[in-house]
Amino acid sequence: MALFRKTCALVAASLLSLTLMAGTALAEKVNLTFYFPVSVGGPITKIVEGMTEQFMKEHPDINITPVYAGIYRETLTKALTALRGGEPPHVAVLLSTDMYTLIDEDAIVPYDSIMKPEDMAFTKAFFPGFMSNSQTGGKTWGIPFQRSTIVMYWNKEAFKAAGLDPDKAPANWQELVAMGKKLTVKDESGKVTQWGVAIPSTGYAYWMLQALAIQNGVELMNAEGTKTYFDDPKAIEALTFLVDLAGKHGVSPSGTIDWATTPRDFFERKTAIMWTTTGNLTNVRKNAQFPFGVGMLPANTRPGSPTGGGNFYIFKKSTPAERQAAVTFVKWMTSAERAAQWGIDTGYVAVRPDAWETKAMKDYVASFPYAAIARDQLAHGVAELSTHDNQRVTKALDDAIQAAVTGSKTPAEALKAAQKEAERILRRYAK
Amino acid sequence: MPRPATMRNIHAWLLLLPAMAFIVAFTHVPAVNTFIHSFMLDGKGGAPATFVGLEHYMYLFEDEVFRKALVNNLLFASGTIPLSIGLAMLMAFLVNAGLAGQSVLRLCYFVPTVLPMIAVANIWLFFFTPEYGLLEQVRGALGFSGINWLGNESTALPCVIAVAVWKDAGFFMIFYLAALQQISPSLGEAAMLEGASRLYFYRRVVIPLLMPTTLFVLVNATINAFRMVDHLFVLTQGGPNNASSLLLYYIYEVSFKYWDTGYGAALTMVLLAFLGLASIGQFGFFERKVHYR
Repeated sequence: MALFRKTCALVAASLLSLTLMAGTALAEKVNLTFYFPVSVGGPITKIVEGMTEQFMKEHPDINITPVYAGIYRETLTKALTALRGGEPPHVAVLLSTDMYTLIDEDAIVPYDSIMKPEDMAFTKAFFPGFMSNSQTGGKTWGIPFQRSTIVMYWNKEAFKAAGLDPDKAPANWQELVAMGKKLTVKDESGKVTQWGVAIPSTGYAYWMLQALAIQNGVELMNAEGTKTYFDDPKAIEALTFLVDLAGKHGVSPSGTIDWATTPRDFFERKTAIMWTTTGNLTNVRKNAQFPFGVGMLPANTRPGSPTGGGNFYIFKKSTPAERQAAVTFVKWMTSAERAAQWGIDTGYVAVRPDAWETKAMKDYVASFPYAAIARDQLAHGVAELSTHDNQRVTKALDDAIQAAVTGSKTPAEALKAAQKEAERILRRYAK
Repeated sequence: MPRPATMRNIHAWLLLLPAMAFIVAFTHVPAVNTFIHSFMLDGKGGAPATFVGLEHYMYLFEDEVFRKALVNNLLFASGTIPLSIGLAMLMAFLVNAGLAGQSVLRLCYFVPTVLPMIAVANIWLFFFTPEYGLLEQVRGALGFSGINWLGNESTALPCVIAVAVWKDAGFFMIFYLAALQQISPSLGEAAMLEGASRLYFYRRVVIPLLMPTTLFVLVNATINAFRMVDHLFVLTQGGPNNASSLLLYYIYEVSFKYWDTGYGAALTMVLLAFLGLASIGQFGFFERKVHYR
């Protein structure tokens, strides 16, 4: 009996000491979950995981689990579902335009609440064009990470074959149509083997329409995210132009043009010009077997492109230690050298001016000048379409664009219906 | 001491209790919760939901997307149900006929069922890709002009139906095969002796004898017509412009993308109503036609 009692005591003591040790070990390391999306081609998941590994090497007291969560929309759904289930991530990269949705859901905290006022000066290091979708009500809710603008890629060989100057891209809408017509190649039976222009109408159709609308001189929403202007006559003109590219001018394929397969169509020479995110730049560089050019989008009454891409958000359901660790992570990932390396590896715009001054970036731009196009376009950049309940409002707009592009509604009808839907969705936020 | 009959009743209810607890917890309680929630508007950011009465139901009449999803779902059902059942019956007849290579054929017909829907949908996505998808390459070789199968409002839904039929037919074939093998061969021999043609035999003897299986398969096919939306996530995301959106997919969008769970609950009640009506209709109609042995 004595032996039994002794054994029990020993087991209890060792269990106690083990838990104490484990407890202290845990108390030293902060564990963070990090959701991130991938919406462009290339080995992005590997790059992000590599960066996270590097961070953990330099900060052994922070443990981060990166979780690839699909495209932007899926990552938002995943994060909000996790939030409702009680286990949200600590830090996530989500669309800059989801800021209002995340605030409404009480999911995130502003960086001002975590950091001392004098430390907040670091936000001034980023391009103002990217901060405009990241701040509201005088507070900073997101820090730019993978930001972009739309750029126009063109196949220089196709230009030469069509008798066009391969270094001169269309500078305005008229040139886009005229050059597109020359670039549309048909075979003997009349079937088109190469289209002139491909502007995707799935995936991020609203982003493309916003670019056309800006170039036509109209903004699609107000700065507070409570009103939209989809049925403005200039917006209808922009959508009509997109529809006419396929119908009237015959330079684009009819029906919807898929976001994800447009780069591949470009590599396969099925289209001579494509509009897509600058985040696809490194992907295009690796896979295009022909010399290609990258340029700013053509202007109509003015040049312009919406910014795009994702910011770092820090979630509310976290301890102060976790929030501090998350801020350290965010600052590290968006430091000048990291931002420069990230921009080189992907094609996303390095989010701060000093990143462009690092040696790595300077050398890269010297060897590949097109890398700087998206940054230069920031001068004409406009905040991306962002409202409350953003997913629902952009879906209404996406539907309208697809209805117009497939011909089941006229651009005017489609946009009026989208405006009506957006007003219904936003009426509870209009104050 | 209570009467034996009462004791028996109590025993009976106690024996039913575990199963009933599960059914109530996972079916009836959620259904009632959904019904109550369909009268509420979600609060934002953790605020409590507010009561709004019939507002969501009134919006159902105005919502274009809901109308489209409902019509699409009815079209989807009217396409998948007869096609998958007919195809399953045909395949079962084929693989029961004692041809050479029969087991390989059975395997080929059943393989679509065991493959995960998402993997299958990705393969079909390649088939349907314009320009260099498999379908387009074959059509191009034959000299036809290109069609954007998934990007056209008129062809998106038929493509989605085709994938669903392809997936389901093999599964139903198994049930028909089992039932066919239960039919005594003496019936076939008697029909031959009486001079009946094969077609007459199939139409008047085999198919009526398969009625119990047909009822089971019909109920399954109807449920699948409303349940199967996995391929939409990969193929069309409900587009273009909701041309291939189905009711359950729309419910997912409203409830988990837009987090308007009150409206999602109202939509769910509509789905429940349809499924309830379908079940009543099927069992009621088939009461007379099905002969169980």
